[in-house]
Amino acid sequence: MSDVTRRQILKSGAIAVGAGLLQSRTALADATWSGGAPEPNASIRVLRWKQFIQAEFDSFVANSKKFSEQTGVKVRVDAENWDDIRPKAAVAANVGAGPDIIMGTNDDPFKFSEKLLDVTDLAEYLGAKYGGWYPIARTYGMLGKKWIALPQGATGGCLNYRISTMRAAGFEEFPRDLPGYLKLCQGLKAAGKPAGFALGHATGDANGWVHWCLWAHGGKMVDDNNNVVIDSPETVAALEYAKQLYATYIDGVLSWNDSSNNKAFLADQISLTFNGISIYTVAKNSPEPALNAIAADMDHANMPIGLSGHPTEQQNILNTYSYAYTKYPNAVREYLRFMWEKAQVDFWETASNGYVAPPLPAWNDNPIWTADPKTTPFRDVLKYALPVGYSGTLGQASAAVMGDFVCVDMFAEACTGDQTPKAAAQRAAERAKRYYKS
Amino acid sequence: MMGADIRPIAVRRRWIARLADDRNFLGLVFMLPAAAILLVFLAYPLGLGFWLGLTDTPIGAPGHFVGLANFVSLAHDSVFWLAVFNTTFYTVVASILKFALGLYLALLLNRRLPFKSLLRAIVLLPFVVPTVLSAIAFWWIYDPQFSIVSWALIKFGLLHQYIDFLGQPWHARWAVIAANVWRGIPFVAITLLAGLQTISPSLYEAATLDGASSWQRFYYITLPVLSPIIAVVMTFSVLLTFTDFQLIYAITRGGPINATHLMATLSFERAITGGHLGEGAAIADAMVPFLLAAIMFSYFGLQRRRWQHGSQD
Repeated sequence: MSDVTRRQILKSGAIAVGAGLLQSRTALADATWSGGAPEPNASIRVLRWKQFIQAEFDSFVANSKKFSEQTGVKVRVDAENWDDIRPKAAVAANVGAGPDIIMGTNDDPFKFSEKLLDVTDLAEYLGAKYGGWYPIARTYGMLGKKWIALPQGATGGCLNYRISTMRAAGFEEFPRDLPGYLKLCQGLKAAGKPAGFALGHATGDANGWVHWCLWAHGGKMVDDNNNVVIDSPETVAALEYAKQLYATYIDGVLSWNDSSNNKAFLADQISLTFNGISIYTVAKNSPEPALNAIAADMDHANMPIGLSGHPTEQQNILNTYSYAYTKYPNAVREYLRFMWEKAQVDFWETASNGYVAPPLPAWNDNPIWTADPKTTPFRDVLKYALPVGYSGTLGQASAAVMGDFVCVDMFAEACTGDQTPKAAAQRAAERAKRYYKS
Repeated sequence: MMGADIRPIAVRRRWIARLADDRNFLGLVFMLPAAAILLVFLAYPLGLGFWLGLTDTPIGAPGHFVGLANFVSLAHDSVFWLAVFNTTFYTVVASILKFALGLYLALLLNRRLPFKSLLRAIVLLPFVVPTVLSAIAFWWIYDPQFSIVSWALIKFGLLHQYIDFLGQPWHARWAVIAANVWRGIPFVAITLLAGLQTISPSLYEAATLDGASSWQRFYYITLPVLSPIIAVVMTFSVLLTFTDFQLIYAITRGGPINATHLMATLSFERAITGGHLGEGAAIADAMVPFLLAAIMFSYFGLQRRRWQHGSQD
């Protein structure tokens, strides 16, 4: 709880959150679910993000099968790349037909909030039972007082680094501040195994590190009232810093997508990147000794603390929502409740080696988070994360600015020298103002 | 009473028979299904697209009529103008290359070659492979760390470091053009080959007897006779290239720094990813003048055929 800033809690509107987080587990166990029984002959279709870890998907499907066996509700699970889920979710919202449940990302549900199934009762039940949602989970799930989505967690992004190369660069511990971090990156390059951070249109990886860098320097796209304030000295400072970082990166990051850094890290070409736990899991479970050696020599760290003095991470939030057009709203709610119950979550998280960081504190006591200390940094990322469109509100404009890669392009322009940092910030402001019109 | 009942039926039968014999009426009836299909699947989406371009419709909610506001806004959008430039450059360069290489390939395949049928089938392969598959193959070929091209050049000692195919704006532009050309050549080549085979050998024999060189035979016989087909093929080629989406989306997503964003990919990004259907539709609408120009090109190209056959226009 102490890791969550006071400002975040107040911003999420959440005195109640604080109260929820402080509730004892004993009291939480009293929560009862009073949703209706699934409709007769119900059949639901789930469209979810495509797995990076096969065991994660297999366990998810196994949980769904268990639900079908217990309730008789047929469940079909399809998986797509998360970039491809967004257009399908949008089309479903527009035409009023398609999957019953979508497990997508970030603030997508805020683009068509009026079309979604109200899951307030379910979210409140889960919050009460499992220690209260983290503030950022409430931000991504609630529109006003209504829950329009259930956060599933985050594909926790942490810094993945090679211990031996870090030591060769002169560091025994991973640096926690901006100057130390820059020095490390310079040292990694000098050691012959540089850092590599996506700077192309990579939804998760590129947005993750550039937003951290922006926020760590006090810059932000919009203020509390959704006024565009990206053209600021703080942004320019962030871009100047990023330019120095970029000079230490491996060639080609400008064209990297979300899988490029995984490949480069596992090919022993880079020693530091921003990614989920998938790199470590693949290396650890591989039959190839070379990859096992990489797993043994790597560790994870949270992003350094910037000038603001508090964590400023941007995480890829996995957000689940259903449409009002579903013929089986009770079956949908019951399915979601079942999948969000700790028994299923524990099974799934264990199989996926902690791929999804919990949105509910009570999920944290799964041994998977502590059995291997290298996994632990991923557990807490939602305590540290700020929402996209910080410090404004989630909605059409924040989603559009993210979808148009305004922040990523700004960093790419400045890092490559295509524009000066000041000009890049001005261009980003012009682009953002087209969305934040009023 | 009986006579009074029968007369109207007979009159009615005569009326139906007259209609059944009416060529205009029957023509109208037979055209109705096709007209309905065109109306539902072509005219309506096109009209809806134009209408959306005049609104601020977001995804999942009704929009409002905003007149030309989307177009005015786009006129001040540097990314839009970059996409217009990219699209024009991509289309012009790729189309010229596809035509030149496609024609050359067609001329080669028109000769007496061993395994002619097999060769023609092989030439068609890039066109047969699903676009996304070939795009992913090119994505690997252009990978900054794992490119087979860079690897081979380094192995042969011709390079010391991997080529950053997709990480530099101009490298990326040429890289996606190369992928488009590779994929588009078979369409041009095979269609032109079909045209070449319609040219009577007697024309070439007569020209040869008159002492025409191979260049003269190509310039004065092949090219003029082939020109109507060239006009049609190039119109389709330009249209398909101008509206290309899959290759770019799979290889670069419009990057780096929007250097390969085409109008189609930008339209998708703004409309679907960004949620602004109105603006995305406006970008798509902005493509129409260019596409109309391509159709006009085809129209005038086809007119030349009459000129070739002695007409004065």
